[in-house]
Order: sequence, then structure tokens, then C-alpha cells
Amino acid sequence: MANIQEKIAKLCQEATFEEGQDLLVCVPDSKWHALAKSLKEELHFDFLVTIVGMDWTDKLGCIYYLKSTADNAMISVKVTTEDRENPMIHSVHDVWAIATTFEREVYDFFGIIFVNNPDMRRMFLSIDWKGYPLRKDYDDSPEINPVPKENERQEDTTVSYVETEDGKIEKKTINVFEPNDFVVNIGPQHPATHGVLRFRTAVDGETIKKIDFYSGYIHRGIEKICEGLTYPQTLHFMDRMDYFSGHHYHHAMCMVYEKALGIEISRRAQVIRVLMDELARIASHCLFLGTYCMDLGATTMLFYTLRVREQILDIMEKTCGARMTFNYGCIGGVMQDLHEDFVSDVKELLAVLPKNIKEYNELFIGNVIAKGRLENVGTLTREDAISYAVTGPSGRASGWACDVRKTNPYSIYGELDFEEVVYTEGDSMARTKLRIAEMEQSARIIEQLIDNIPEGEYCVKVPKVVKLPAGRWFQMVEGCRGAFGVYVESTGGTSPLRLKLVPPCLPLANVVDHLTRGTKIADLITIGGSLDYIVPDIDR
Amino acid sequence: MPYEAWKDNEYIESLVKELQENGTNVIVGSFDKLINWGRSNSIWPLTFATSCCGIEFVSLGAARYDMARFGWEVARSSPRQADFMMVAGTIVHRMAPVMRRLYDQLAEPKYVIACGGCAISGGPFRKSYHVVKGIDEIVPVDVYLPGCPPRPEAMIYSIMQLSRKMKVEKFFGGVNRQEKIKDFLAAHPEESYD
Amino acid sequence: MYEITFATITNWIDTFLGKYMPEWLVTTVECLLIGVGLLLVYALLALFYIYFERKVCAAFQCRLGPNRVGPWGLLQSFADMFKMLIKELITLKHIDRFLFALAPYLVIIASMLSFACLPWANGLQIIDFNIGIFFLIAVSSIGVLGILLAGWSSNNKFTLIGALRSGAQMVSYELSIGLSVLTMVAFAGTMSITGIVEEQKDLWFIFSGHVPAIIAFVIYLVAGTAETNRGPFDLPEAESELTAGYHTEYSGIHFGFFYLAEYLNLFIVSGVATLLFFGGWMPLHIPGWEGFNAVMDYIPSVVWFIGKAIALSFIIIWFKWTFPRLRIDQLLKLEWKYLLPINLVNLVLMVIIIVFNLHF
Repeated sequence: MANIQEKIAKLCQEATFEEGQDLLVCVPDSKWHALAKSLKEELHFDFLVTIVGMDWTDKLGCIYYLKSTADNAMISVKVTTEDRENPMIHSVHDVWAIATTFEREVYDFFGIIFVNNPDMRRMFLSIDWKGYPLRKDYDDSPEINPVPKENERQEDTTVSYVETEDGKIEKKTINVFEPNDFVVNIGPQHPATHGVLRFRTAVDGETIKKIDFYSGYIHRGIEKICEGLTYPQTLHFMDRMDYFSGHHYHHAMCMVYEKALGIEISRRAQVIRVLMDELARIASHCLFLGTYCMDLGATTMLFYTLRVREQILDIMEKTCGARMTFNYGCIGGVMQDLHEDFVSDVKELLAVLPKNIKEYNELFIGNVIAKGRLENVGTLTREDAISYAVTGPSGRASGWACDVRKTNPYSIYGELDFEEVVYTEGDSMARTKLRIAEMEQSARIIEQLIDNIPEGEYCVKVPKVVKLPAGRWFQMVEGCRGAFGVYVESTGGTSPLRLKLVPPCLPLANVVDHLTRGTKIADLITIGGSLDYIVPDIDR
Repeated sequence: MPYEAWKDNEYIESLVKELQENGTNVIVGSFDKLINWGRSNSIWPLTFATSCCGIEFVSLGAARYDMARFGWEVARSSPRQADFMMVAGTIVHRMAPVMRRLYDQLAEPKYVIACGGCAISGGPFRKSYHVVKGIDEIVPVDVYLPGCPPRPEAMIYSIMQLSRKMKVEKFFGGVNRQEKIKDFLAAHPEESYD
Repeated sequence: MYEITFATITNWIDTFLGKYMPEWLVTTVECLLIGVGLLLVYALLALFYIYFERKVCAAFQCRLGPNRVGPWGLLQSFADMFKMLIKELITLKHIDRFLFALAPYLVIIASMLSFACLPWANGLQIIDFNIGIFFLIAVSSIGVLGILLAGWSSNNKFTLIGALRSGAQMVSYELSIGLSVLTMVAFAGTMSITGIVEEQKDLWFIFSGHVPAIIAFVIYLVAGTAETNRGPFDLPEAESELTAGYHTEYSGIHFGFFYLAEYLNLFIVSGVATLLFFGGWMPLHIPGWEGFNAVMDYIPSVVWFIGKAIALSFIIIWFKWTFPRLRIDQLLKLEWKYLLPINLVNLVLMVIIIVFNLHF
């Protein structure tokens, strides 16, 4: 870490450093773009994990989390501005491709304008929304922003603030589509978008020219609500974002709080959490396979995959008491102890799983039509995957070993014996096959643990009123769809100053435009399905 | 399901009583019976889901719960061909006009089930700046189905309730809301379609 | 050989009517009777097919399928029909109203006309003349016009794409159907539908026609599935891509027409396959086995025809619930690069077989 600090100090004299969980570099806005370039090119911080927009009341700013794919080192960079009326920070969209979208998100919530970013529209909120909701001085009275009765206003142009040679900022209007494009609106209510995502698709015959993606149709403002809740209360939202990765998200959130509070949880609780994570991963990949095949027209697969999922849900229900929104992890461990049937039920599942996986392979992966539809469709290269921050199975199918369980082992993953499946093809077929292979690996992890669940308490004692010390913490876990991160900043009270959730699905949905250009309309379904994004996770 | 097992017989009985008081023609009445038999046994859902509840709706269609037994599996993607809309999930400000439009696009007679806490009242997200606090602000709701998300069994119960409601409604003059369409057209002049 | 024919019944009705009415009235009444009968059978069969598909699909998917409405759920599709009849017919603004209303009727008329050509049983056939099979192909392609009109007149981008896909698909696959039918017509030596059935009284064409008949059958089955817009060729109404394809904007009974026609086309395609390859209403006869043949004759011919058609439909339904959907370019590639050349070669092969008398 000190090594990196020296290097950065050499690159940028104005940088100051704050010690914390990760190294925090503070740079003035004027030097930021140059530093970002050299961080990526010289120090190989090529993966932009997230941009956390912040409002410290006296100033606005962003914290950029960067990760190096070479040695998995992580640093964060803080850029601030004191202008509240017209806050501006320089964009880094030309360094990391995903920054375009992340910056748009920060603009939407905080009103920070990113200079040179080609697309400065609102993202989750509608065009006519008044105010920036995550600012501390936002007025959320329903009179200002009532429930709209009429259809949303639609504009075909976007705005960009460009810095000219002499340092002036100019506002430019850019057309999203070309004048004579045939634009088909897919979504928000459309069976293929897996929820309420909207693609405005410019097509030429059946060929896609460009996709403009709109989200926010299920934006529930979880981050803002959390700022008014106590820490244990914030946990239950984790089940309702990516509703298949509920256990993983709980795991991340609990870990970040435990780290802040300095709580050491029992090994039993750790094993239970890992077991639940991996069971949930199998269930999630099953549902992925089923719905994906349904999108491609092979409806019957859904019923075969849901069979396994129902079996897992039964196991979960016995222990957690719910089928979907478990709310199982809590600060200090888990809510309840395992059900007495747990071990035998899981063994039953492990016995039928290989048979089912074989069936899926025969029925779908080996099918000649499926091969024709999936192979060489939507190929994502490793460089693009990193630049667009496509993590999870989709990233690994492109040859990027980005499994957080391996790169930054948390909980007991470091001592477990499992493989990180990585394919290099990067097409839809690789993404599909990889998920099936991951199901096998998850089963392997469960096999190792199921007979060795240690005795002990499932939840250690934690103070009744949870107060995090002042500071900031960041934790990543491997969700079913990619790396999920939680950023917490506390001032010492009972509720967070800022709780930023880093969803893996936002980059996944963002990359659809890049992958679909020049393909057929039917390929949009193939590609979108194979990326497997969950819309409430994108929108939060 | 036996009649005694239902929890809301009082409501249905009051509905029937009200209908009987209005009086009905014998021929029209028996026609009504036949049509209501058809309507209440053929309830096609619109595939509409925004979040978690939608996944339970998928489970409802799958082998264990199999809504095909009741003939509900013909989920139509086009609102013109569906009979009811199960609002499965949170409705936020940006989605509200879209949902209203979907409701307007459904062909009469049409019904709405508010599925899950979010659709009924905003649920856990009630405090949010961007969530609609109950879809009954936007569309009329026929059945409220609590849960977060409701179990598939509960969903079956709710659609059966809807079926009961259809059975006792009067088709002629009752549910066929042509008058309302006229009102709607008056309220939405032509240019709003462009 | 076939003692019980429907001619006995129809002749009796004709003489009965002739006693009381002038000749022109007799013809009118008979036409009406046939029309009503046709409509009734059409509707009943379509309803049965909807139920059948739902049950078969449920079986493939480890489910039960409809079982609450009536015994074994048999009345399910009747309930659906009642519902569909009373649903509101939505009229849209900014559409071509005449064509919008015309489209479903075109589709259903096309399927009804081809329905009338099928050889139901010995002597039971409504339209029968010397170029019957030609007529069948001609009327069945009116359907695509209805679909194109529906897609275009709805003034909706999804329906337009659906209709264009459908147009490309049906026009292409019509070729394959035509050529495989031509192969069999060459083999039969006649275009009359009764003639083709008569030709198969000793052995069905699928057995007597050697390899080319089998190739023609496979191609016909593939092309027939494509003609009916069923999976894996259900692109025009690909639910996950185009919501409901060309009939997205139709509601009530207009949608019902598309729905019924879709299922009935399934029956027609399997019916024509039965006619061309499995002997129409002709019972299974094997030359030399006189006893066996006599036993087969005891099964009524209408049962033979419907049974064979349903068995073939079962295969097509099986396709749908197993395979994923093709993409439009793959679909056209399959037709123009594979099926069409194979078909042409197959036709030549068939001619060689006929000329050198190599068949059974």
C-alpha cells in the first residue's frame, strides 16, 4: 500500500492521503483526469468498481473505487467541489467506459455535472423531476414531485457539457438517434426485459443500430430511505434488490457492519452464511437457465429448472421461514439456527443435482438450434469486460477472473477447495455454460461443508443499539450476477450518513448497447438474457 | 373449495343481494349465468411484473403450483387479450403512467389484483420519494393480496376470489362499462395519443 | 371393400328433401346444412385442439394442465370461448379500420376453405375436383395476406415487424410445401384428392414411395410447422421479442379468430400430411395380409383420418415444446440453402423411381 502511495505522490504532487480500510487519495478536480489516466495506464487500476456520490453538507464530491486486475489491489480517490449551485467535476468516461453511466447516476442523485461526459441526462428519475434526492437538503414533499398522471415527456436529445480549449464550459445538445432511424420501443412492459427496463432500439430492418437504455421504472430510492433508518433496519432491503442474491447481499452488509464494529462472528455462523450463499447461487442459476430458455422459445426448460429451485426454496423455507425474502443474516451472525432437517435435505438435493445438470446439458446446450442462437452471439472481449465493469459469470465468460471469492477471499472462502470457472469465448453460449459449471462448483463447496458444520452459537452478542464509529467502510462479495459492494460512511450515529449499494446489474444492462450493435432483434433477447440482469437491482 | 371455507362470504352475499334487489329478466339472467360461468373460468393474466412478486408469479405457473389447472396459464403479453392485471411489485412514479396506460389498454371487462405490500400501500418502501403509496391511487383494484411477496398459494386464493366476484356480477349493464369508455374518451382528447 | 360410406347417408337426405322441395331449394338447403356442419366441426375441433395442446404441453412440463372446469378440464376451452365472445372489441385510432377488421376474417376464411378440402372419410368430402390439391395450396396461402394486413393496419411497430417476418417466412416455406406436395402428386399421378387417397388403398405412400417419400415427408413436416407459425418457427408472434406479434392489437373475438385459426391450421397441416403420406382416411393395408386388412377395415374411416391427423399434430406440438426458436436469418437460410435444394433433388429422385418402376 505504501508503495502505491509513493507512486501516486510522484504522479500528482497535489494529492493528499487518508488512511482507512483502503488507501484514500484526495485530488483536486483539475488534476483528476490526468491522474486517472496514469492510474489506469501505469498502475493498472483498470477496473472502476463504483463512483460513490457524496454530500457532506459543506461540499459535494465523489469517491471513486478502483481495483487493479493484475494484483487485486484496491484504492479509492476522493474528488470534491464546494460549489453547490453548479457543481462540476471532470469526467473520466474516456478512461473507463463504465464511467459514463456511473457519472450519470451521480448526476441524477446529486446534480454534479461531469464535464465532457457525452450523456448528462437524468437516469433513474424522469426528465421533469425537481431536485436531487440524495442531497441532504432535498425536499421530498409530495407536492413538489406528485405522482404523474400523464405520460412522461420524452426527448430525443441529450446534453453534454464540453470544456473548450480556453477552459470555458459549453452546453451542447446531442441527438440520440439519427434523423431517419426507425426506433422501436422495447419495454418497460415487455416480456423480454426481465422486469421493467426500457430499450429504445433503432433498427434497420431486423438489424439493431443503436440502443438507448432507460431505467428507473422500479427505482425505489433504497439508498435514501436507509439514511433515515438504523443499521439493523437497513438489512432487509437487501432481499428486495436482486431477489435471488438476498443471502449474498445480506452477507456483504453484515460483514461491513461487523468490520466497522469490530465484531468477530462464530465459525458456525460463517459456515451457515456460506452454505446459504451457495444454495442461493444454485437456485439463482437454475432460474436464469429456465427464464433464458423461455426467452428463446424453449419454454419447457423453465419447468425442469424450477423443480430444483423449488427444492432449494423448501430447504430455505424450513430454516429462514420464507421463500424469497429471507432476511436471514443479521449483525453478529444469522437470525435463527439451522432447521434439524437441513443436513439431510441438502444431501438429497446434492444427490439429484448432477442428474438435473446432465438433463439441462442434453436438452438445451446440446440442441442444434440453441447452438446456432447462442454461439458467437454478443461476444465480449476481456478488455471490454473490464472497461465496462462486467463482473460475475458474464465477466468470467470473457476470460476475466473476477470472482471476489478468489480475488479477495472473505468469510471462509479462502480455505475452501473450489475452482473459479473461466471461459475465454465471451459469447452467449459461454455465459450460459459457465453458469451451469458454477452450479457444480457451488455443489462442491456445499459438499465440503455440509458434514462439517461446527457447533457453536449462531449469533454472537451485539449491542442493542448499533452505533458505527465515524469512518467509511467498503465490502464486496460475489453475488449471483457479479460483484456486489456496500459502501458505508458513518458520523458515529445510529444511522448511516451515506449507504451506497454497488449493484452488479447496472454495468450488465449498460453493456447491452455495446454488444448488440449490428445484431438482429432476436439477438437482443439472446444477449440480454445471457447477461441475466435483475432490474430492481439496477434501479435500487 | 367449500363455501364455508371462504373468509369473505359477507361481502359476496351483500353483492348478490344488491344485484337481486335491482331485479333481472329471466332470459337475460340465464344468459348472465352462462357468460359468467365462462368468464369466471377463463381468467387470463397479463404478464406484468416489476419485482419480487413477479418471480413468485413464475413459480405459480411452474409445476408445483401449476395455475394451468384452473385455466389461468394463458398469460398474454398483449393487454388487449388479457382479462386481469396482477400488479406484482412496487409501482414507482416513473412507472405509474405506464401502468395506467396498460390498464386502459386492457379490454373490458377487466380486473386488477394488487399483489404484495408494495402494490397495496408502498410496503417497505412507503417512505421513499419515488414510490406510489398504493396503486389504488391510479387504478381501481378488485382484490388486495397482502404478502411480501405473497406465496403462490395466496396468489391462487386471490385469483379464486376474483373468479367468485365475476360469478356474481351482472354482465349485462353491470360490468360492461361502455359508459366509462365514453367518459374516458371525453377526458383524453385525440391529440394525447400522438 | 368399404361397405359403409357416407354417400348412403347423404343420398338419403337428398332424396328426403327432394320429395318436398324443388331442386334449387334442395341445393340451397344442402349447402346451408354443409356450411353449418362445417362451422360446427371447425369450432369444435379448434376447441378440442386448444385443450389437447394445453394437456400435452402440461405433460411435457410435468404438470397437470386444465382439470378444474368440467370433467378433466374438458370444458376449459368452452369457457375460454364464451369469455372471448363477450370481450370488448377495441377500435383504435389512427388505423385503417376496414383492413383492420378484414384481416381476422381473411385468416379464418383461408383456413376454413382448406379445411373443407380434407378427405374426412370414405365419401365425406366437401370440395373435391380434379385439381383439388392445387386448390388446397392456393386457398391456404390466403392466410398470409390476412396476417400481413393485420400487422400493417394495426399501426404498431411490433405488429409490423411480426407481419413482415411472417410474410418472409410463409412465402419461403410455401415453396417447400409446394415442392414436396408436387413430389407426391408425381408419385400418385393425380391431383384429385380422392384420387390420391384411392391410390393408397394397397399401401400408404410413406411405405411405397421409398426414400423420396420419406424425405418429402420430413420436409413437409418442417415446412408445415413453419407455415402454421408454430415453435420453433413462431417468429411472427415471438412472445419474448414482439409481445404478441401481428395480433398484438386485436382483442375479443377478432383475436379469437387468429387463435382458432392457428390451432386449426395445425390440424389442416397434419391432415394434408395424412392425405399425402398416410393414406387419408384409408385404413392400414399391407399387401398379402388379407385377414389383417379386413380387421383394419372395421375401424371407421373417419376415425382413421382424425386419428392419424392428431398423431401427426402431436409430433408438431412436441417440436414446439422442445426446441428453442430460430432467428430470422437462420430460418430463411434453412429454407433457401437446405430445404429447397434437397427438395428439388428429391423431386428428380422421385421421377427416376417412377420411371424405372422401383417402388413397391
